[in-house]
Amino acid sequence: MSTKSSTKPSTEPDVSGATPDARSGARTAARTIQGQKNLQDIRQASKDGIGGSPLRPDGTLKVRGEFAYSSDLWHEDMLWGMALRSPHPRANILSVDVSEALAVPGVYAVLTHEDIPGAKYYGLEIADQPALAIDRIRYHGEAIALVAADHPETARRAVKKIRVEYEVLTPIVTEEQCLDPATHGYVHEPHEYKSHAHGNICHEQRLVSGLGVTDEVRALADVVVSGTYEVGMQDQAFLGPESGLAVPAEDGGIDLYIATQWLHVDRQQIAPVLGLPEEKVRLTLAGVGGAFGGREDLSMQIHACLLAQRTDKPVKIVYARDESFFGHVHRHPARMFYEHGATRDGRLVYADARIVLDGGAYASASPAVVGNAASLGHGPYVIPNVRMHAIALYSNNPSCGAMRGFGAVQAAFGYETQMDRLAAELGMDPVELRQLNAVKQGDLMPTGQEIDAPAPVADLLQRVKDMPLPPPLDLDDLDVRQLPGALSNTSHGEGIVRGVGYSVGIKNVGFSEGFDDYSTARVRLEVIGGEPVALVHTAMAEVGQGGVTVHAQIARTELGVEQVTIHPADTGIGSAGSTSASRQTYMTGGAVKLAAEAVRHALIEKGRRRYGWTWNDITLTGGKVVSAAAGPLVSMVDLLGDDAIDLTREHHHRPTVPFDKETGQGFGHVQYTFCANRAVVDVDVELGLVKVVELTAVQDVGKALNPLSVVGQIQGGCTQALGLAVMEEIIVRDGKVRNASFTDYLIPTILDTPPIPVEILELPDPNAPYGLRGVGEAPTVSATPSIVAAIRNATGLALRRIPVRPEHLTTERPGAL
Amino acid sequence: MRVTFTANGKPVEADDVWEGESLLYVLRERVGLPGSKNACEQGECGSCTVYLDGVPVCSCLVAAGQVQDREVRTVEGLGGEDGGLGLVQQAFVDAGAVQCGFCTPGLLVQTDALLEQESQPSDSDIREALSGNLCRCTGYEKIMDAVRLASARKCAGKAVAE
Repeated sequence: MSTKSSTKPSTEPDVSGATPDARSGARTAARTIQGQKNLQDIRQASKDGIGGSPLRPDGTLKVRGEFAYSSDLWHEDMLWGMALRSPHPRANILSVDVSEALAVPGVYAVLTHEDIPGAKYYGLEIADQPALAIDRIRYHGEAIALVAADHPETARRAVKKIRVEYEVLTPIVTEEQCLDPATHGYVHEPHEYKSHAHGNICHEQRLVSGLGVTDEVRALADVVVSGTYEVGMQDQAFLGPESGLAVPAEDGGIDLYIATQWLHVDRQQIAPVLGLPEEKVRLTLAGVGGAFGGREDLSMQIHACLLAQRTDKPVKIVYARDESFFGHVHRHPARMFYEHGATRDGRLVYADARIVLDGGAYASASPAVVGNAASLGHGPYVIPNVRMHAIALYSNNPSCGAMRGFGAVQAAFGYETQMDRLAAELGMDPVELRQLNAVKQGDLMPTGQEIDAPAPVADLLQRVKDMPLPPPLDLDDLDVRQLPGALSNTSHGEGIVRGVGYSVGIKNVGFSEGFDDYSTARVRLEVIGGEPVALVHTAMAEVGQGGVTVHAQIARTELGVEQVTIHPADTGIGSAGSTSASRQTYMTGGAVKLAAEAVRHALIEKGRRRYGWTWNDITLTGGKVVSAAAGPLVSMVDLLGDDAIDLTREHHHRPTVPFDKETGQGFGHVQYTFCANRAVVDVDVELGLVKVVELTAVQDVGKALNPLSVVGQIQGGCTQALGLAVMEEIIVRDGKVRNASFTDYLIPTILDTPPIPVEILELPDPNAPYGLRGVGEAPTVSATPSIVAAIRNATGLALRRIPVRPEHLTTERPGAL
Repeated sequence: MRVTFTANGKPVEADDVWEGESLLYVLRERVGLPGSKNACEQGECGSCTVYLDGVPVCSCLVAAGQVQDREVRTVEGLGGEDGGLGLVQQAFVDAGAVQCGFCTPGLLVQTDALLEQESQPSDSDIREALSGNLCRCTGYEKIMDAVRLASARKCAGKAVAE
């Protein structure tokens, strides 16, 4: 491969003719990144501690339009970065010629992999992904070269002038092709494998419990149902595009302002590529417009930093929506086989399952997703005998990794469909069948792990079943906007059938399989303006979930103050871990609690030393130091004086172990979380249109630290599940993405989304801070199958693939459920 | 080219605007009003909705040159006269309708426009009016709550005024 790349001298570029030029644009309100309010401390006063629902500290900034998302950042003399992406899913790169691109007026640099100063590969778990393609293309949209220019349009024009010669190869895209590398080849040649993988298998996990699945075990079952199920490729589709601003620093390092889910793991991957020690790469969280797992991997981070390093100027990259679809990993599409055997009275005897996940070109989080699929893939049911084989493949399809529900979503569609089919076979009520087999506290999961916290699965199902149903469709008093087809006025009630379906799901909380998952928090207490004020500093990525609200509530509860300041999240403090796996309130909330408790103890100690208190019942409340027996002792303001107490603590969850490779046995998960759903749908059986009328959720949250936010999370999770059930899929044909836009990739609108009544249970988990349970993912795991079950109930169709499309409803014949 | 228009009641001008630039780009990158958001830049998500001469439009679909001598009102212009939050802004905060908040500016403008037209919209009216504004976080329930709350406060305010 021959590559010509270089950087222009750092003189002002020629700007002439119609070439856009942002440098001289009139800025009536010039901004610098230092001026952004949410990159400074956000202070809020409230009386609400945990269990209350105070307003978001960043809410006012957000409704004013003053909250700085990563795409809003601006810096004097800033350049715009952009990537050239491959139009082919599999190809050899014969040559790259950047000379014409470099000649475009306003272009400052064009880079290829040859310009990378450090490591060329990175990855979340396995460093198998080149920062810029080296000799080969492995997926449609892979980045090959980078441009920095004075205006996004200049960059776009320059990108088009980069000449790449490809040798286009037939992509490896199906399960059969992936598993037969002798015929179809390798996505990564065997000598390139960075993992323990072999062939095109990225990772696999087997699990056997009880007697496994043998002829003898099969003979114990009176009824057997089996089926093959498919799940399409879902996208996180967060609204805020991947974006950030890299600013070269005087010490030769880089300051990166970025929307991400985990600042420290980004830094770990970025620094080696830049050839810099980690301490010279400083990350600050800029406003994040949603994440849902899609920001767990790097997207434009390294690219912006490389361009800033090369040009010695601030560089901003903002993806357009199509680039966002190419630039992040998606939910793994899955093909699954399930077989369940049960006795005549409905007790599960065995389950046999194979789950094949398409991991795409690079590993991303595939190994952990496989672990989840294998260990949670039988649902919240007691099954004496289990055999499971879960694998993730390397292919030339888009890379897949973390998305809300992480390996548990696909499996839930499989096992919950099986439960409905088993109930139909046995003539049982589907909710009763589930309740009969539901796990409870003290039961063993198929991994052999005891469920050592409340697991109210049967109760959740009962509650969701007992919720009042919406009124039946009234054909005499119709608002056609509420029918399937809605504003299109396709129906006035004719051909519409209503159905009801139920489901329940299980999800793990926190990082599993022996990962030392921890978070760090610093809490500072001092007197400002005559009032005690607590400052909370963590590296937690606030992605919209409300962590910043909860941290302030915890500080108020533990320190008895009203004023809390949230410091921006940055790498100036230890890692908070990822905002994923439903773990952030548990982990960083737990760290804030520990740090605040330590500050409280230190303040009370100070009082004991000064005043000789001997009571053991001293707490902080209402800005005072108080003894339950003796009443108020001193105000915190007087006790603190000019001193500040500033302490940092780490919160680790209890240790887990990796699952045994062959048997899948082991204490692999920290906590389980459960949600049950009921869906009511109207189906226009002539046109194949579905309207979800209501989607009810009942979830055990352990302890609702902020009930308003908890309900918001559950409703949002249910809506993403609705999307997967009936509309959301990245269409990939021959390795090429066909619908990289919001015109063609459909996410639910407010018209597609029904009322979502939510009931929460609070059964404390003795192992978790405040007894809380991770909330964000369980509804996304559980709600999809309930919607599909409701559509089956209305139509009698088998529906073994999601998303369910109109053509499935109009061309499939009614099949045995 | 030079484009001059009114943004939130104040005259602004942008120089050297390239013909292909959108109103959204000019607002965000040239005149320092980044409140309108750049989520799809294809008119599909509603995040960039602004008033143009009193009519809500996707600013990503409006060419910069089209706004010459016209009036633009963005989310930054929805505040109360006293510098506090406007009625719709406050309702969104109070109802918990703001999570990541990226869709919020567009929803605020669209809701403001809806309530100008119809101060007591039905749920179907609300869903129809906001169907061009995508939200990925909230599940829309709290957005419905926010619009109902804003409507109730607006009507109560009117009742008091009368």
